[in-house]
Amino acid sequence: MKYGYYPGCSMEKNARSYHTSTLAVAKPLGIELIEIDDWNCCGATEYIAINKVPAYALVSRNLALAADQGDSKNLVAPCSACYLNLKKADHCLQENAELKEKVDISLDAGGLSYDPGSINVQHLLETLSVDIGLDAIKAQVKKPLHNLKVAPYYGCLVPRPGTMESFDDPEHPISMDKILAVLGATVVDFPLKAQCCGGHMTQISEDTALELIRRLLKNAADNEADLIATLCPMCQLNLDAYQDAVNSHFGTNFKIPIVYFTQLMGLAFNIPADELGFGKEIVSTKSALSKITDEAPKPKRSRERGKKNASLPMPIMAEEG
Amino acid sequence: MTDMKKSPTEQERVGVYVCHCGSNIAGTIDVAEVAKWAEKNPNVVVSREYEFMCSSTGQELIENDIKEKGLTRIVVASCSPHMHEKTFREATERGGLNPFLFEMANIREHGSWATNDKNAATIKAKALVNGAVERVVHHAPLEKIPVSINPNTLIVGGGIAGITAALELAEAGRKVFLVEREGTIGGHMAQIDKTFPTLDCSACILTPKMVDVGQNDNITMLSYSEVESVEGYIGNFNITVRKKARCVIEDLCTSCGICEEKCPQKVVDNDYGAGISTRKAIYRSFPQAVPGYPVLDKENCTYFQTGKCKVCEQVCPTHAIDFEQEDELINFDVGNIILATGYDLFDARKIPQYGYGRLPNVFSSMEFERMVNASGPTSGHIVLRDGETEPKSVAIVHCVGSRDQNYNEYCSKVCCMYSLKFAHLVHEHLPEAEVFNYYIDMRTPGKGYEEFYHRLLNEGTHFIRGRVAEISDANHHADEEGKLVVQAENTLLGIQQRNAVDMVILSAGIQSRHDAEDVSKLFKMGCDYDGFFNERHPKLAPVSTMTDGVFIAGACQGPKDIPDTVAQAGAAASQVAKLISQGTVMMEPVRASIREDECSGCRICNTLCPYGAIEFDAEKEVSRVITALCQGCGTCVAACPSSVIDGAHFTNTQVYAELKGILWDVQEEVIAKQEAI
Repeated sequence: MKYGYYPGCSMEKNARSYHTSTLAVAKPLGIELIEIDDWNCCGATEYIAINKVPAYALVSRNLALAADQGDSKNLVAPCSACYLNLKKADHCLQENAELKEKVDISLDAGGLSYDPGSINVQHLLETLSVDIGLDAIKAQVKKPLHNLKVAPYYGCLVPRPGTMESFDDPEHPISMDKILAVLGATVVDFPLKAQCCGGHMTQISEDTALELIRRLLKNAADNEADLIATLCPMCQLNLDAYQDAVNSHFGTNFKIPIVYFTQLMGLAFNIPADELGFGKEIVSTKSALSKITDEAPKPKRSRERGKKNASLPMPIMAEEG
Repeated sequence: MTDMKKSPTEQERVGVYVCHCGSNIAGTIDVAEVAKWAEKNPNVVVSREYEFMCSSTGQELIENDIKEKGLTRIVVASCSPHMHEKTFREATERGGLNPFLFEMANIREHGSWATNDKNAATIKAKALVNGAVERVVHHAPLEKIPVSINPNTLIVGGGIAGITAALELAEAGRKVFLVEREGTIGGHMAQIDKTFPTLDCSACILTPKMVDVGQNDNITMLSYSEVESVEGYIGNFNITVRKKARCVIEDLCTSCGICEEKCPQKVVDNDYGAGISTRKAIYRSFPQAVPGYPVLDKENCTYFQTGKCKVCEQVCPTHAIDFEQEDELINFDVGNIILATGYDLFDARKIPQYGYGRLPNVFSSMEFERMVNASGPTSGHIVLRDGETEPKSVAIVHCVGSRDQNYNEYCSKVCCMYSLKFAHLVHEHLPEAEVFNYYIDMRTPGKGYEEFYHRLLNEGTHFIRGRVAEISDANHHADEEGKLVVQAENTLLGIQQRNAVDMVILSAGIQSRHDAEDVSKLFKMGCDYDGFFNERHPKLAPVSTMTDGVFIAGACQGPKDIPDTVAQAGAAASQVAKLISQGTVMMEPVRASIREDECSGCRICNTLCPYGAIEFDAEKEVSRVITALCQGCGTCVAACPSSVIDGAHFTNTQVYAELKGILWDVQEEVIAKQEAI
């Protein structure tokens, strides 16, 4: 299946391991990612708030290129900010005729044009969980991640793309949970899974950012996660690179590796770790990954028959997955 | 106008009356212009406008004009026929004409209320009036059909609404069939501990009524049963009920309860027990169940699942267990139907950020209701999910699934009051515990309700005005450890607040039954977007429906508390009692008839009729309409290939004349096009 691919700036530098692991797992799943030729920066999270028209023109140039190169109607962005900006630009150009007129002038200056709605912007998680599906992913699992306890971290942008429809529940997303579960990992409860990592707040108000990061690390540690799986270069950077700063600021001792969910998929697909970008992270994944066993953990028996138990039954939840 | 073709029945003398309806119509439509214009129609003898045609003076205008000006047809342009068709037909009749020589043009709902464009509304009003005039000249005098009312009544739903209505009618000496889906009557009220604001024990006031139902000879109680089909019309409904197999022979069972006691299979009771308690595979929902016979739950019964067990059969002293029992279809006739099918509680799992089903100490309101009930799983002790620990702090979240555009936009009406009741019960059971009620607005309209709120203010409940954003077990600090953190904006203080508590109760709202739409189709009446049954008029006919002989009572019509439900049930019963004492009602003579001499006997209409109202005369080889069964739907009229079926009051001539009248300004164009084809 062919997809247009918009890596974005982070993927070429700090999130290189996300880029390589994405390409590595795409192959066995039959996803052909065709990188948009001559793409430019999406403007990240700030530009749109500062100077609207050039910001939208900047993003729309990528949409125009994707449509023009015509490899696929679907455009995949693995970075949360890129995904949001592309999706938002496509949406706003449909809603706001005045904005579209101005953006059209900019695009025209570069010999480009874009018909809003003609490109379907997807986050990589959406491509994998909706288009590809759990069964196809499961079929590729050769080395299940048994006994690895993973906290699934979605961040704030992917589950909540503004007023647009999201492919998952905006408050309590579960699509990555399901993927990690078919990889054989133990998905721990992670109530803060859709909360903010602080974004660029580290540069503006470090105290605020460190507190947000601390909460996330503490919540993962409280739930005994061996590592946190993320889907966003910004989240990965904040939680990984600022972990030391959090520890010295709050006197804590967190040592939780932060990896991309695609890296874990690659491991389960039995792709060598160095081809998945492992080793580039700051908090080492070594001890966490050593917990993976060949044997699946024994399922917990929730209530032993005949045993006296005073507790009240829990509400029945709909079957998941 | 001058180029309008003259009607062949020009001799009819039509009176046109355009109503202002105060400013409801006259505010948008130029009524004087419409009346003046209508007068130009060659059939129209007099055309007037009047402020309120439905007033007695308005009606007298019609009566006097008929007598003085020799009118033979009447047109009133005003509101919907649902409102006043009857009024004006009666005025026409008092004037000395057959009431069906009248036609109504709806220029309010279809005109002035539909737009603010005065010019467009006036043009449309003219078209509608002209259509009515052109139609009415073709009207024929018709006689209403008398229909006798079967004095028996079907009541669907054995909650407090159905129980009340059944007792009202039965005590008046009328026979009632009370159909209940569950194994026992009682409904939601049987689950509840105390009732607000008086704090009466719910069971203490309900169970005597349940016993009365069980003992009243006029009530045939069909529990564990569902209505399968409904045929017929007001006064003459034929009902088929499926009495599901409960695997217990009712005539033999003494309700001793030994089967229940000895049954080895324990299952979580998700119905009566709200999922917080257990029952056996053969069970009565509660000891005071009426009828007292148990129900065998085949899905959980060891015998039905594995082929082995039969303990209940062995222990039953009267041999009342029958594993082979099959569903039974029961057929009977009734004259009227009362639907009292109740409500479903909003499923709090739909709001994942509130953690219900994920966080053990988040409880639904019905779970708490059962827990605090002395007959519940903890004998009335308020404890956490572990079954032991008493909470030191409890948050009660109002408006869960209500007043929320993501779920239900409407207010569920009862949740503020029952949340206050919960706060009181926590104070009463656990005097040391702190209680926090999170509300959007405190809605306590009702006798003694606001006073109850004041009582709670004095009992020390903390009231926080703000919708809860999230309930989480993610703690940020040591003092939140092991607790549930309730995050909300306190809109009175204008600050975000985190509040760590031991227990959270979600006050879920009221929803229509999940199958309300199917039920509304079964009984051929309507429900609104939210699935609540539509009343005939929101103010003046709150328990009637658009289907004659079908009435509604209780929460199936919209969220309401017990007093309102009981009042509605009484009202529905008295509507039925009125019809029964009338003995006969006059039905619209809008019926199909077949011109036998022209009928080819093709029988196409026979199978199409949804009411089975067409029979075939094999000897004469013609089809014939059974007038009493015909509902005037017009299906056969449209389907007849020889066009020999007439729908009274909706004849082809009448309908085409109306269309032609409405399209007066493009008539020539239409005719030209027709001719071209």
